[in-house]
Amino acid sequence: MDKMPKWADIVLIPLISLFLAAFFSALVILAIGENPIAALKLMVDGALMRSAGWGYTLYYATNFIFTGLAVSVAFHARLFNIGGEGQAMLGGLGVALACLYIDWPHWSLAILGASVGAACFGALWALIPAYLQAKRGSHIVITTIMFNFIAAAILNYVLVELLRPVGAMDPASAKFPEAVHLPTFQDMFSTEGSKLFRGAPANVTFFLALLACLVVWVLIWKTRLGYEIRAFGESETAAKYAGISPVRITVIAMLISGALAGMMSVNTTMGESERLILNSTEGAGFIGIAVALMGRNHPFGVLLAAILFGFLYQGGAELALWTSIPRELIVVIQALVILFTGALDNMVREPLEKLFIAMRRRNA
Amino acid sequence: MSLMHKFLGAAAAAALSAGAALAEPALIFDLGGKFDKSFNEAAFGGATRWAEETGNTFREIELQSEAQREQALRRFAEAGANPIVMTGFAFGNVLSEVAPDYPDTKFAIIDMVVDAPNVRSVVFNEHEGSYLVGMMAAQASKSGTVGFIGGMDIPLIRKFACGYVQGVKAVNPDATVIQNMTGTTPAAWNDPVKGSELTKAQIAQGADVVYAAAGGTGVGVLQTAADEGILSVGVDSNQNHLHSGKVLTSMMKRVDNAVYEAMTAGVDLETGFNVMGVANGGIDYAMDEHNAALVSADMKASVDGAKEKIASGELAVHDYMSDNTCPVE
Repeated sequence: MDKMPKWADIVLIPLISLFLAAFFSALVILAIGENPIAALKLMVDGALMRSAGWGYTLYYATNFIFTGLAVSVAFHARLFNIGGEGQAMLGGLGVALACLYIDWPHWSLAILGASVGAACFGALWALIPAYLQAKRGSHIVITTIMFNFIAAAILNYVLVELLRPVGAMDPASAKFPEAVHLPTFQDMFSTEGSKLFRGAPANVTFFLALLACLVVWVLIWKTRLGYEIRAFGESETAAKYAGISPVRITVIAMLISGALAGMMSVNTTMGESERLILNSTEGAGFIGIAVALMGRNHPFGVLLAAILFGFLYQGGAELALWTSIPRELIVVIQALVILFTGALDNMVREPLEKLFIAMRRRNA
Repeated sequence: MSLMHKFLGAAAAAALSAGAALAEPALIFDLGGKFDKSFNEAAFGGATRWAEETGNTFREIELQSEAQREQALRRFAEAGANPIVMTGFAFGNVLSEVAPDYPDTKFAIIDMVVDAPNVRSVVFNEHEGSYLVGMMAAQASKSGTVGFIGGMDIPLIRKFACGYVQGVKAVNPDATVIQNMTGTTPAAWNDPVKGSELTKAQIAQGADVVYAAAGGTGVGVLQTAADEGILSVGVDSNQNHLHSGKVLTSMMKRVDNAVYEAMTAGVDLETGFNVMGVANGGIDYAMDEHNAALVSADMKASVDGAKEKIASGELAVHDYMSDNTCPVE
């Protein structure tokens, strides 16, 4: 058997990739005359040593969990959904319509309604590329990325022409009513004496994201549909031979994927801004690809990778606040992590695989 | 040795900045970024001028995401930065929620009104300055047709346009004003190519003076106007020097002064509603060696006359944002 042990695949490779990314980031920081160790300390202090820092880290992580899950579900059917950004944008529209036009008595009902709205809009936006892929053979990578631009244009039109209150300057909808405001971590965990998570945007949606991880795990590994999705992903011809309809699986996998991406907007639109704004997704749809790759398309891996990227986002903000490292360089550091954990995965994997095989031969 | 020294220095700086009180001012730039050749850059210029004159330092951040608005405000306030200055109307919502939590910190917001006891709201009477440059444009125009190119289509920019049209019509009631907006999203602030296309379209319709109130997009407008041999009017900063002898004047909105004054006042910053207009030098038109040959003595006399009347209150220019309508087309 020419395979690595499982622990090496899921633990060692991401760790080595991460270390490489950290190393090159340190070189970059050194090159502009800042101290990489002080920078790392600042990131860790700001993102993990204060409760408000965790509040931001988990807020970003919530976004990445949803988009990461979206990419992984589609990937189990070997569909590369890179349209999470557009699906999340339209999901935001679903949230806004549900919050603005339905009179919710309590936030707990509103979050359910908004989630349904977000999931429906996101799924609908994934349906068209899915249909085109399944029936017409238009490649899903091309169609989903093009649909991102269409989604941005639609959102722009709706916000500027339809939802913007009269006289307002922001291209944004009106503020959602008080009844649909989601409890933040500050509301949930602060006591009389101590204020925890002060001002941080992390909210109850985080638990919805954890629930989504569990549901996806059950779906992929414990249900018949999940088996069909995986079988189709492993080999389309074998799946066909076993009586699995490629059209049905393509469409269903993409619908689930789009729904998950759309639900990200419950966090940003309903939990944070409490109104629909133009750039609420902020690239989380694309970060989801890196999260899914790094998490090996497993919900638990996605959770861990999402928290890592949340840390990078929040730590990056701390760097921008307290050092003179320009924001472009913070993007460079984030990109290095994506590059090493996602794109250059094989660079680490292949030598490591050879190493393990060589060791096994020697033992045998 | 020097590396070790550097390391200790940086670690000490990081430790200091993360916890102890700063008592230095902070400046937060909007998503457009610090170097937009216009609004944010003017704010940066004011802060830099303050830092050079006093030898002090200031904190700054360029935002990357919407969620960071509140974060930057809170983190600076908690670290003791005072006052905290922010550029742009988009901070309005967030600041009204954050300001009451930090009663000892002074905030200054530019282009927006936030009603809180520790906030200084600085707004500009852009319509007055636009009126003045409108008068000059109408006098410089030979064809009787002048142009206006706005950035993002928001009430603030319509306020510029409305003041401009009023100024043009005051000089030449029969003049035609062609108006175009670059777009409806923040991307419209930084699209010089579209600005250039709109300028060409306006020239084709007979415009021989164009006024750009469009942030970074205006760079394309001024460039095309210079290339095609017509006159242009700059905005926010003094842009006369960009194309010497081709830019009629610039409508100066002294964002730099507002930031400079806020930082100079420091913790004693006077809060409340602060209107910067022609009367107090917050708004003006630019005259320098680059446009001296373009502005005749008559032109200058008439504009200065109008300026005095506006300052004294004798002449009231209609503010589009007061009722979201413009009396002239």
